[in-house]
Amino acid sequence: MKDMRLDHRQEQALYRTHFAQWNERLGAREPAWLRARREAAFARFEALGFPTPRQEEWRFTNIAPLLRVPFRLAAAWPERPLPDEWLAPYREWAAYHLVFVNGHFAGELPTDDRPPRLLARGIRALLHEEPEILEPHLVRFAEDASSAFTALNAAFLTDGAFVRIPRGAVLETPIHLLFLTLEEGMPAVTHPRNVILAEENSQATIIESYVSLGDGQYFTNAVTEIWVGENAILQHYKVQRESRAAFHIASVRIAEERTAMALDFSIALGAALARTDIVAILKGEGAECTLNGFYWARDQQLVDHHTVIEHAAPHGTSREFYKGILDNEARGVFDGTIIVRPGAQKTDARQVNKNLLLSTDALVNTNPRLQILADDVKCSHGATIGHLDEDALFYCRSRGLDAETAREMLTYAFASDILNTIAFGPLRRSVGEWVLTEWPEGEMLKELL
Amino acid sequence: MNRRPLLEIRNLRVRINGQEILKGITLAVYPGEVHSIMGPNGSGKSTLAQVLAGREVYEIVEGEVLYDGEDLLPMSPEERARRGIFLAFQYPVEIPGVSNLYFLKAAVNTVRKQRGLPELDAMEFLALAREKAKLVELDESLLQRAVNDGFSGGEKKRNEIFQMTLLEPRLAILDETDSGLDIDALRVVAQGINALRHPDRAIVLITHYQRLLNYVTPDVVHVLYDGRIVKSGGKELALELEEKGYGWIAEEIIGSARS
Repeated sequence: MKDMRLDHRQEQALYRTHFAQWNERLGAREPAWLRARREAAFARFEALGFPTPRQEEWRFTNIAPLLRVPFRLAAAWPERPLPDEWLAPYREWAAYHLVFVNGHFAGELPTDDRPPRLLARGIRALLHEEPEILEPHLVRFAEDASSAFTALNAAFLTDGAFVRIPRGAVLETPIHLLFLTLEEGMPAVTHPRNVILAEENSQATIIESYVSLGDGQYFTNAVTEIWVGENAILQHYKVQRESRAAFHIASVRIAEERTAMALDFSIALGAALARTDIVAILKGEGAECTLNGFYWARDQQLVDHHTVIEHAAPHGTSREFYKGILDNEARGVFDGTIIVRPGAQKTDARQVNKNLLLSTDALVNTNPRLQILADDVKCSHGATIGHLDEDALFYCRSRGLDAETAREMLTYAFASDILNTIAFGPLRRSVGEWVLTEWPEGEMLKELL
Repeated sequence: MNRRPLLEIRNLRVRINGQEILKGITLAVYPGEVHSIMGPNGSGKSTLAQVLAGREVYEIVEGEVLYDGEDLLPMSPEERARRGIFLAFQYPVEIPGVSNLYFLKAAVNTVRKQRGLPELDAMEFLALAREKAKLVELDESLLQRAVNDGFSGGEKKRNEIFQMTLLEPRLAILDETDSGLDIDALRVVAQGINALRHPDRAIVLITHYQRLLNYVTPDVVHVLYDGRIVKSGGKELALELEEKGYGWIAEEIIGSARS
């Protein structure tokens, strides 16, 4: 049934009760500055209210189903060590893993070659031990966004990762922030908050994964703030593999200094409703930004990406490439804004969004927006929505491949160029496997990975 | 001749989008033969090739097609391929992200399965592919590249012939494989076709030009005009067509209609 109400005040009341309880639980255990920021965030949430489809930004994504569920705050998983099967799929990755269960830091899988000055820890622990490290960064940068969900995340800030890549450090192995959700009893909500600072001339890869350990209903409301210092290189992957009954709302904010290079790659495979907002601000001259995305939705999944690239300084370059596959009755949304501020001359921005519909009931809304306020710039965008090419299907079948294999091979072919840009081999192969495992003839196609 | 034709087409009429393209084709191709079907643009040559390979967009109005004595028309494209029909496409399709080697291994193994042969593993297939690639002078680097992706026109055609030599069809239909080739590439393509000639195998060359027939000698040449085979003859017919063009055929048809 469609929710016709114009606001969601009733649902907000529940969050007010939870907020009071949460403050009580934390008591005096948190620094005053954080308490003040959280309270300000909650006030902001109450002022903004949950978005409705009447708002342009949420036109195609109705969150009423999410608001109908009275989520409780997720509790920490008490047992140590964590069951091996939870981590087994990632052991082969040459990466440094920080593991969170139900939004709470739960352990790590270290590697041998961890740079000595690297700081990569759970925020809650760091708040107890060295809060002064967090004070300049926590609940600061993302807060100018007028998002009720970001405000809610700040208000309920529980845990997350704080990663600081020291000046000049080059990390050979990626840092993997693994957020596992284990559903128990009543549906729960987590508000993971990550802060990633890449100091000048540093280089690193961060993978942020959201994975379900079951198939139940829960809600992840994540915020990740990324700062890329002068001449630093940061690659950030967000891998969303939530349960097919879950809600996933995430916000990624990236700020880049002079000649910094940032990549954000959003991989969306799970959840009933997934919405990711990505904002990249090229603050410094000559900064480069790449936003890549791959989404695969089927049945009645809804996957929504809203991206904003803001060129605020001259000589910036941005490349955006999103590809999506939608099957059955799935819905996709891609909304990509490129803003070129006055004075951001010589900006070179390109945006491409390509969608493959495998069913006549699947639907995608793709919407490029350019706001160009400088006059010496190169900006382009292109969007396509198509079906599998009949000529290509016939070609494959005329070589003896059955119709289903031909369809899957061509679907894989569609996805291959974006997936092949995943530089970290184990992740690239894993993403391919996660997708192909669910295809009837996928086993055979795994040879292509 | 008491042998059975490998391909027998009887009064085949085919329509697409309400328009009749093939208006009653009758043709018999016996094992061991090479037939050339020539004709001007729009005469129905490619339609015939596509219908034989199983393209589903065409509507069969009338007639039948027997392949090795069996009713061909109800068979799916993959069924036909597995039973030994191969179409070399006029416009081969690009498949990014899928290597030529992988694609062909999958194809060869489905065909081998049908023939009761064991499937080839990656190493065995690579050895076979290298051997066949040499035959059509296909650069080995093209094996690792995605299917036809970024291939030049000539490389695509050569790749079709390469696929054909790997799949070892019983009935090979080549749709304008000779078009757009320089003389070196044409010679290589001809070499691939000639290597495939065999008493158990039949080849149908659909072509606009006589040029290929300098290198591959057909047993029979047919002229397709406005959806009908209007003339059949030996290889000298191809030369006559080259010399006089297709206009001459048109006049002859109009003439015979008057008399």
